[in-house]
Amino acid sequence: MSDPVITARGLTKRYRNTTVVDGIDFEVGRGEIFGLLGPNGAGKTTTILMMLGLTEVSAGEVRALGQDPVRAPLEVKRRVGYLPDSVGFYDHITAAENLNYTARLMGIGPEERPGRVMNALERVRLHDVANKRVATFSRGMRQRLGLAEILLKRAEIAILDEPTSGLDPQATREFLEMIEGLKRENVTVLLSSHLLDQVQRVCDRVALFQSGRIVLMGRVNELAQQVLGGGYLVDIDVAAPAGVDLESRLRDIPGVTAVNRFGQFRYRLAASRDVRPDAARAVVAAGGELTHLGFEEASLDAIYNRYFQNQAKGGSRDAA
Amino acid sequence: MRREGSAFQGLGTVILKELSDHMTSARMRVLEILVVLVAFASLYGAVDQLRDTTAEDPFLLLKLFTVARDPLPSFVGILGFLIPIIAIGLGFDAINGEHNRRTLSRILAQPIYRDALLIGKFLAGLITLGIMLLCLWLLVVGFGVLRLGVPPGTEEVARSLVFLLVALAYCGVWLALAMLLSIVFRSAATAALIALGVWLFLTLIWPMLSQALAQVISPPEIRYQLLGLPSPGTIEWQTILARLSPNQLFGECVLAILSPATRALGPIYVEQLQGAVVGSGLPLGQSLLIAWPQIVGLVAGTIVLFVAGYVAFQRQEVRA
Repeated sequence: MSDPVITARGLTKRYRNTTVVDGIDFEVGRGEIFGLLGPNGAGKTTTILMMLGLTEVSAGEVRALGQDPVRAPLEVKRRVGYLPDSVGFYDHITAAENLNYTARLMGIGPEERPGRVMNALERVRLHDVANKRVATFSRGMRQRLGLAEILLKRAEIAILDEPTSGLDPQATREFLEMIEGLKRENVTVLLSSHLLDQVQRVCDRVALFQSGRIVLMGRVNELAQQVLGGGYLVDIDVAAPAGVDLESRLRDIPGVTAVNRFGQFRYRLAASRDVRPDAARAVVAAGGELTHLGFEEASLDAIYNRYFQNQAKGGSRDAA
Repeated sequence: MRREGSAFQGLGTVILKELSDHMTSARMRVLEILVVLVAFASLYGAVDQLRDTTAEDPFLLLKLFTVARDPLPSFVGILGFLIPIIAIGLGFDAINGEHNRRTLSRILAQPIYRDALLIGKFLAGLITLGIMLLCLWLLVVGFGVLRLGVPPGTEEVARSLVFLLVALAYCGVWLALAMLLSIVFRSAATAALIALGVWLFLTLIWPMLSQALAQVISPPEIRYQLLGLPSPGTIEWQTILARLSPNQLFGECVLAILSPATRALGPIYVEQLQGAVVGSGLPLGQSLLIAWPQIVGLVAGTIVLFVAGYVAFQRQEVRA
């Protein structure tokens, strides 16, 4: 990676006897959207808090923008924005007053403050309700207000912890668009979530957490390659059984890594490239009648499920 | 290694925000109305009582604070009772309130240290209480001038101002206790109940208990019992134990400062009175010397409780 803004080396967090984060290593490049995935309690939030210096590091080290968050927390927190899991605001004061308070804490001078606050509210489309008390806000509006705070800070890194959990689909879509907007401004985004389809939509790379370790990391299609044996899935339906052994012919197509047969007339291919033309040709050459040729890119969901299934199988084998 | 930047960065902002919260909160208004009403009732009684003795008393203003007429206690008696309640009311949800509103991690992700948040909250509470006490003081003085028609002398004003500072130190103890509990207990209701429980224990139960404990530790000697006198050892222990309660310390301070004729706090032997002009007042400096250990005790109590809270807060996890 040319310009890593976050690096973790052997980062570990222990509470008394339990290890919550267990020696993880990763790097995030500038302008990247990096997804932290994994079940609840896998150590995502703890990792985030260590990056911000909000919790102590037990072992290893983490650097944000080249700074140690433990030793230079103010410098790190001045340049890194954080949207906590289900963020809260002071309900009895207005949205603008809430941002004004944090703007003061950020050390933004009184002459710039009103302009920057309004600008941030406009960008998350909350300027109409700037003077309404936050008590009246929906969950989606609160999340957007939290994002406005990051914009207000002009953060170079935005760390978003479960930003879309509990939002309705419309609010989720809007929020993800705003995250993509951050990327256009070359802000590095670290997104933690367990909602896989959303992560897949916006993230450049993902890291899959499992009980405090990163078990998989990389681009989604790379992971698909690794876990599913291919980044693409091709479904083939044939009308009549082919004369010759279609399954072995399909398997012989270069790039196909697995062929599954469902019933008599349906095949599913996993492949490292788009093999539709070859598959169609193979069916026809074998004398079959092609009735359906489906295609999908591997979803993170499938990778995730397959990974944990494999794990479970591996686990039981180990036990036996 | 020194940490970067000032621990007090953002302190002013936090103080201003908390002050404005206190000043506008319904909780504070109710408490203020309560205090003013009760104070006026007790003052009214005191003024009636004092009218008869106006000509003889050189410290009329101070009498306004201390004279009681049945069934109401004196003004200072009421303050000694109400200050803890108000201080607890201001402090019991200082930190756990931020936790429960889920604002804590968001605020601490701004470029400030935890010190600023905690000290800011404490100082804002103390300033609020100071303003309240000052207003009450002005009301008492104004009321006295209006109803009694005697302008206060320099020493009276000086003594009553010292009293104001002592009352502030007393506020500090309870505020620090309430904030410590708000850090230790995640539920605001628990913190409030425990604070009120401690207050009840120290005001109502501890005076009786200290008496009983003193008799256990140092049983009454027979030679004093025969004379119908309490034994010195028992009395000494009782005073020591009773002084563990801030109420006792506050009461003794008030006695020494507002009643210039007070020559000693606690037991005194006849031979110590030799040469004293009993009934004549001491100068302010001497009264201060008498009350000094108690004043130091109150300030020390505040510091100890605050430091305990500080340590607990620094080690606390911010995640909800």
